[in-house]
Amino acid sequence: MTEVAPSYFLVLAALLFSIGVVGALTRRNAIVIFMFIELMLNAVNLVFVTFSRMWGNLDGQVLVFFVLVVAAAEAVVGLAIILLITRRRESANVDDAHLLRW
Amino acid sequence: MTIGTLVFGVAFIVALGSAIAMLFARNAVHVALFLVAVQVALALTFLLQGAFFVAAVQIIIYAGAIMVLFLFVVMLLGVDRSEALVEPLPFQRPLALGLGALLAAGILYLAAAGIDAASTITGDGSGALLALNRDPGNVLALARVLFSRYLLPFEATSALLVAAIVGVMVLARRVGSISAVPRISPAEEREVA
Repeated sequence: MTEVAPSYFLVLAALLFSIGVVGALTRRNAIVIFMFIELMLNAVNLVFVTFSRMWGNLDGQVLVFFVLVVAAAEAVVGLAIILLITRRRESANVDDAHLLRW
Repeated sequence: MTIGTLVFGVAFIVALGSAIAMLFARNAVHVALFLVAVQVALALTFLLQGAFFVAAVQIIIYAGAIMVLFLFVVMLLGVDRSEALVEPLPFQRPLALGLGALLAAGILYLAAAGIDAASTITGDGSGALLALNRDPGNVLALARVLFSRYLLPFEATSALLVAAIVGVMVLARRVGSISAVPRISPAEEREVA
């Protein structure tokens, strides 16, 4: 086990999560937005592993599995939807899909 | 400075640098490759904290399977398609940056406060985790927790995966398009050209 304090890992996770939020807000390509959401999920996984180490039990590491399963299901369904939108509109730009916007 | 500190420093710099590079990469394939770099660096931090099996799963499933799926869709839609540079909302980019910085400051403050509170109660429990990793082993100990206390959520994830598979098959099916659109054979295509 490393002697690096858990707070450094939490700092890294917080920075990665914030970068993911900024990316998801600023990018326009739907697939790229999806990748930033994956980045946020990864940051949360790091938090879970760090808390598992701080508490000395394995519940946090089990939760990483559930995050992984949900991320896989979300990626599969989301990419299928993006594929359908792109097939119809010829672009993956999220600004083009504004039919339901007020 | 020990080897663990050094490895953490490398993982920190690679993860943070790749994540920032993701923000500025124009090409979707470059963004995907930087994301793979972030995930490999995060697997390194998992290893440092004694989560051996989770680190292996992170590399195999996240950096392997899920990112291949992303790259597959990027290739399917066309790699050379460039992102539109026209901003419909001119203030959105600086606003997102400011709010992101605010969010980072908030999370960091909460993390610092939480660590202060936690250190008075439990401290670092890595000794217990080290014993768990040594005596039954990381995989065995993880399986015991997963298949006893978390058995019901584990079964629920199988339902989630089946639902996702059925949903994607329904989405990807083109209703009646195969019979409706006539296929052109290569010979006919040459004739037309």
